[in-house]
Amino acid sequence: MIETENLTRKFGDLTAVDNVSLKVNEGEVFGFLGPNGAGKTTTVRMLCCLISKTSGDARVAGYDVGNEADALKIRKLIGLMPDNVGLYESLSAYDNLDFYGKLYDRTEQQRKESIQRFLTMLGLWERKDVAVGTYSKGMKQKLGIACALIHDPQILFMDEPTANLDPESAKVVRDFILELKKEKRTIFLNTHNLDEAQRICDKIAILNTKLMAVGTPEELERSVSARKTVVQLPEVNEAILNALRKLPFGNMEVDGNKLTLEVKNPETDNIAIVDAIYQAGGHVESVTVVGSTLEDAYLKLVRRDSK
Amino acid sequence: MRLSKSWIIASKDFKIFLKKKYIIFSVFIIPLAVSFLLPVVIYYVGQENGGSGIPASELTYLLPALTFFYLLLAGLIPTSIASYSIIGEKVEKSLERLLATPTTDGEILLGKGISSFLPPMGAILVGAAIYMVLMDLVTHGPLGYYFFPNWNAAIILFLTVPLATIMSVEWNVIVSSRVSDVRVAAQIGILPILPFAAVYVGGELDVIQLGSTSNLLIIAGIILAVDLLLLYVARATFRREEILSKWK
Repeated sequence: MIETENLTRKFGDLTAVDNVSLKVNEGEVFGFLGPNGAGKTTTVRMLCCLISKTSGDARVAGYDVGNEADALKIRKLIGLMPDNVGLYESLSAYDNLDFYGKLYDRTEQQRKESIQRFLTMLGLWERKDVAVGTYSKGMKQKLGIACALIHDPQILFMDEPTANLDPESAKVVRDFILELKKEKRTIFLNTHNLDEAQRICDKIAILNTKLMAVGTPEELERSVSARKTVVQLPEVNEAILNALRKLPFGNMEVDGNKLTLEVKNPETDNIAIVDAIYQAGGHVESVTVVGSTLEDAYLKLVRRDSK
Repeated sequence: MRLSKSWIIASKDFKIFLKKKYIIFSVFIIPLAVSFLLPVVIYYVGQENGGSGIPASELTYLLPALTFFYLLLAGLIPTSIASYSIIGEKVEKSLERLLATPTTDGEILLGKGISSFLPPMGAILVGAAIYMVLMDLVTHGPLGYYFFPNWNAAIILFLTVPLATIMSVEWNVIVSSRVSDVRVAAQIGILPILPFAAVYVGGELDVIQLGSTSNLLIIAGIILAVDLLLLYVARATFRREEILSKWK
């Protein structure tokens, strides 16, 4: 549905997006994670044919992003929820939606039905005739999503849809995205929120100008960051630490009598750890395997790239 | 270029303008006030002149110059509405969403042009109609005939005023791309009034004959040339790429 190959965008000497290649399948919720300035918004703008690419290729629903003639077709097929909600505050929710419906060539009947459906779904129908300027942030955000959906697009780009929202409003928006996921729409979701990405997305890409990793949340957790073994001892001494340092594992953290070691395969590695502790004259109270989180993976990738 | 798309954008802007009192005030009040005041002033000046009105010889010189005053309004009135039309989108951060719709840059620009052109033109023409009727009533006595309508007034109102309004709108589109404050844009946006003011003063000082049809056509030709130049610049300024990556 969305495909890029070595997609690059430069602003003068600054490379905002560097050789990004990714593939988003139909009906997939694709999370695009990255720190501020990583190039997430620039990528979305290129895919929505709002700005041009410097090099590389990109296709949306089979249409070429760089082709002027295809740009209108792509914009007709997609819905964009920009990072700024971008509503006309002196107009009502109904008028905002009606305006965008008209621009997407929806008939009056289609517009009426869609507006009623979305405003009811989002709990805004009762306030449809009130100026949007009087809405809360959460209500505006919900209306912003409705504006992006008014023409029933199969591909939806959302740029930080829950940013700056209180937890309750963020949950409403997230639940709405999950509803859209059930409708098998392809959703390209830019977000900072790792928890949100983990809960909603089928696939996640981590971007820091360059693409750092792509995979399902589980794949990223497993492949990017090592798992950890936490060993609780009655007493830690230098002999035990020396014995463990000789093992071919990653970082070891010591916190009182608790040792945390990065391991690759806990099933075999933990035996070697316990054995080394006993050989050094120590005792083990408990051994716990801790799976790495998406946050671990994200931070590790982004920090490694910064170095 | 699909006119229907531009009209949808313009209609949306009209709805917004109707909710902004200061836009309604600045677009409609000034032309209407001028249109009432000019005949009233002529009437009272005539009353001072022994009640017989201003002499016909002076009126035939004065009335074309006063009609030319509408050209100044054409440079002035679109300023607030045109600058709001673009900067309003910037302030509300709605441009990106608008640009993501299946419309071309030209259709959006034309829509903004229509919404900035029609209200000032309407206000100026309504004001001019009131002005001509009242002025005919006031000057019929000394002149012995109705001065308005006449060909020169028609050239001013239906040729030079629309061209000057287009010029003001185009200039304001260019200014709006460089600033993000409606008031600053409005201040810079009134610059097109200066050449018209110079011509008006020239007319009052008898340097230019504003009652001459050929002079009016030359002025219209010059404005048309400037319009085409500004259209080229505005078109180059109003591109998605520029708007999203370079506009302030």
